[in-house]
Amino acid sequence: MKKLFQSEWISRLIDASLPVFAAMAALLIGAVMLFLLKVNPVEAYKALWDGAFGSSNAFAETLVKATPLLLVGIGICISFRGDVINIGGEGQMIIGAILATWVGLNFTGLPGWLVITISMLAGFLGGAIWGGIPGVLKAYFSVNEILSTVMMNAIAVQMMNFFLRGPMIDPSQAELASKIPQTARLLEIFRLPRLAPTRLHLGALIAVILAILVYILLWRTTLGYRIRAVGQNPHASRYAGIKVQRYVVLALLLSGAFAGLAGATQVFGVNYRMITDGSSSGFTGSAGFNGIVAALFGQLHPILTIPASILFGALLVGANSMQRVVQVPSALVTALNGLVVVFVVSSEFWRRRRQRRRLAAAKQNDESPPQPEPEKLQQLETGA
Amino acid sequence: MISELFTVTVLIGILASGIRLATPYLYASIGEMFGQRSGVLNLGVEGQMLLGAFAAFYVALTTGNLWLGILAAMIVGALMGLMMAFVTVNLHAQQGISGIGFYLFGLGMSDLLFQKLMGTVETVKGFPPIKVPLLSNIPGIGEIFFSQNLLVYGAYLLVPAAWFVLNKTTLGLKIRSVGENPDAADSLGVSVARVRYFTIILGGTLSGVAGASLSIALLNVFQQNMTSGLGFIAVALVYFGGWRPWGVLGGALLFSMVNSLQLWIQVLGIPIPSEIAVMMPYVLTILVLVITVSRVRAPSALTKPFERED
Amino acid sequence: MKKFAWLLTLVVALSMILTACGGAAPATEAPAVATEAPVEATEAPAATEPPAAPAETFRVAVIMPSAINDLAFSQSMYDALVRIQEEMGGPDAFEFVYSEGMFNVDDAAAAIRDYASQGYNLVIAHGSQYGSSLQEIAPDFPETSFAWGTTAETFGLPNIFAYEAASQEGGYVNGVLAATLSTSGVVGVVGPIEVGDAKLYVDGFKAGALATNPDVQVNVNYIGSFSDVALASEAATTHISAGADVLTGSAQMVVGAIGKAEEANALWFGTQSNQSSLAPTIVVASQVYHWEVALREIISLINTGTLGGQSFKADLANGGEVVEFNADYALSDEAKALADSTIQGIIDGTITITLP
Repeated sequence: MKKLFQSEWISRLIDASLPVFAAMAALLIGAVMLFLLKVNPVEAYKALWDGAFGSSNAFAETLVKATPLLLVGIGICISFRGDVINIGGEGQMIIGAILATWVGLNFTGLPGWLVITISMLAGFLGGAIWGGIPGVLKAYFSVNEILSTVMMNAIAVQMMNFFLRGPMIDPSQAELASKIPQTARLLEIFRLPRLAPTRLHLGALIAVILAILVYILLWRTTLGYRIRAVGQNPHASRYAGIKVQRYVVLALLLSGAFAGLAGATQVFGVNYRMITDGSSSGFTGSAGFNGIVAALFGQLHPILTIPASILFGALLVGANSMQRVVQVPSALVTALNGLVVVFVVSSEFWRRRRQRRRLAAAKQNDESPPQPEPEKLQQLETGA
Repeated sequence: MISELFTVTVLIGILASGIRLATPYLYASIGEMFGQRSGVLNLGVEGQMLLGAFAAFYVALTTGNLWLGILAAMIVGALMGLMMAFVTVNLHAQQGISGIGFYLFGLGMSDLLFQKLMGTVETVKGFPPIKVPLLSNIPGIGEIFFSQNLLVYGAYLLVPAAWFVLNKTTLGLKIRSVGENPDAADSLGVSVARVRYFTIILGGTLSGVAGASLSIALLNVFQQNMTSGLGFIAVALVYFGGWRPWGVLGGALLFSMVNSLQLWIQVLGIPIPSEIAVMMPYVLTILVLVITVSRVRAPSALTKPFERED
Repeated sequence: MKKFAWLLTLVVALSMILTACGGAAPATEAPAVATEAPVEATEAPAATEPPAAPAETFRVAVIMPSAINDLAFSQSMYDALVRIQEEMGGPDAFEFVYSEGMFNVDDAAAAIRDYASQGYNLVIAHGSQYGSSLQEIAPDFPETSFAWGTTAETFGLPNIFAYEAASQEGGYVNGVLAATLSTSGVVGVVGPIEVGDAKLYVDGFKAGALATNPDVQVNVNYIGSFSDVALASEAATTHISAGADVLTGSAQMVVGAIGKAEEANALWFGTQSNQSSLAPTIVVASQVYHWEVALREIISLINTGTLGGQSFKADLANGGEVVEFNADYALSDEAKALADSTIQGIIDGTITITLP
């Protein structure tokens, strides 16, 4: 038995499933809360499961929810690896979406694939601008990125409200007295194609491909190496001749760009227009924040962020469905999400400890040590 | 119309309401500052504020005693801080993300309790304004500085107190050393864990009071998500202030004054889109930092869990 | 240290559970009126399998952007559904379920689709931001009737009803009274963002005030948020410092502003729900939406086989919008008469409201 657990493969499996156990522990506390609300926890969690995985449509909804989480998440992988904390995902999504929507509404004469491509690039660009500004501010003006990204989220919301009730308002709404703050609908040919007879759209596929590309970028290119080097030790990097400031800007800019793309895919894949309820989460569904959580669940690794986003998306979608089926207040759902986040992030502790023990055991046995990934270990402890 | 901005009424109005608006930021930011000085970033301030605001409001509503309300807010904030401390100090959890978790927990939990215990928006008689004898009679200044409620005064007294603790006491020295060089502090016999527990719980307590200052002193009402992003601004202001109490005070006042200025701009009918007005405090806060280019360095150990080298 | 860690885990877990306990226990002792109805509503879907309920149960699902107890937009719909339930004879005849806090448009779309596939007779999307999703979903469920508001747009689809409130009408009445009651000649308005229902109300209010007294100064402040209670209340204080002695405001974040008005002894006019309970001494009147007027018609249309294609307007004439006076506020007879004649004038068309 002991030998079995020492086997590398099983150990890794246990490591990988630790967050799942942690999430379950959080849901156990949630069960107590549900019980106190006079809701049958079994019924509630069955609704959660069914809502997320119960049918092909449910699973598609989960993937739709996971798409922006993944896109924001892979951006977060870049920035946190570069030791910059980007909590401006919300604003970057909004600006990306505004720019992409503007393209989609104004180039109606062009073929669909072209407009979609340009729009996605516009989204990328919009996010890059909104992420790049805090990058420049941090690198050249010593303005902390937490401060600037928080402030720029608020600014982006006001810009969205202004554009959607002003210059970009749906012409049919502009005439009415009750001006609904939304843009016109995108032409049908400009919408991201659907992958199945559900709401699942091409954006999900794009996100997965980009996750792989970001992995390659971070671990197989000089650019990625330098971003990580700067993140780990800026002083040593400077000695090594890396222009630290440039890579700080790049890390935030790229991170913002992926969030901007997330915003663009929400418009072109899900809503087909931009609508505001006055807040950022009305448009983003808080994906700009939740993407951070997804990335950290994925240990800041773009590939691992894929399953992490799906799991977190499932939790969000399933929780909404739980609200519908057993009529628990949405507030409980929010609190439960918070507990899951806290528990999962805490479970890292045991994973790291197991890793350390394995390392020690390997040293003792004087074998060749299993890949300890010291870099990842250290990153996790210094990442944010 | 622009000239209307420069009348005495308007200037007094801007200053007085700026001072009020800054109150919750001061409590929350000073608390967060202590945490960060010891090396812990807490992004969950908003959640702590919301739970504090609810606890204070509910206790004040049911017992009729505002002091019990404050006490409840402090206890709830401290409990949230305790959990945060355990997770980040003992379990070495990623600080930013556990903060987001606690934010969501506080956001949901305060709303859930509000729905189950109260069910509808109610009002409570909060701390009344206290006119400081003599001083409040000074024209202009009296209205601005000496006719506020108790928790407003408390927030401004907190600033020098925090400065004193941080710079003139052994405790402050320990906090700073733990945040700058935990290894060295540890080798000198300072318990890194204990100091961080202290600062995080203190931060939670103060965030709870920040919530209470809204629900039973400034607004006298509780509503779901009533802080509406205020807690995140409070975290940002710590960076603005360069981890120093007076800097935090400057940031909180700047942000709040500009916010009250933009309210006046709209009230006076100066024709700019309301969104542009609402943006002003955010834009200006960044701009001021860009112009002043402060070179204050963050505490070296910020966000880094401490683990003794065995 | 390790033991200590485990001990703390336990303490943390316990304290979390305790917080939860503290939350729920008193609720069982004193179930508020507001919570009773959803409890009934929850039991119904759970009992769908045994065919105990009569086949004629009319089943409604509603999606709302904020909480059912926001004393504003969402609550106005929730209250209306509770009234309909009472009228129709309880949950056996009329059952409703809701999803609140659906401020995110995607989440709302998922909820709409889910409810529709569960065979509800009527799915209400209570927010103008949901229209786009409805336009996508409704054609997939031709047997289900959908309603959304506030708008007049049915997209030409045969299974979508639309409803809207002429909030400028109640706003106008409030404005007339505000201009009459103001002694300083300055009136303040606190709004969320400059769109939709809030904008209609504010524009109507302004028109009413200026029609009554062209010299009255109406200061409008949009704070850029539906949730920032602190900024809304500071906006009210700013109005008061600028000389306003009568205030009004729209959306759920004004609850703090009402308190500021009370402190300064300024008068308050409410909208969306009856806000008298927040400050009984200073709330003069509230414009209240009675969506049940439109809902009644929608339900009877559905029962006769028409699933949509029509739009309804809640206004003063059909009782979908009512100006409710606060009994605790002593409104002078002349002012009351003026308000009544204004309401009558709007109803019979002698008063027309021109919006900017």
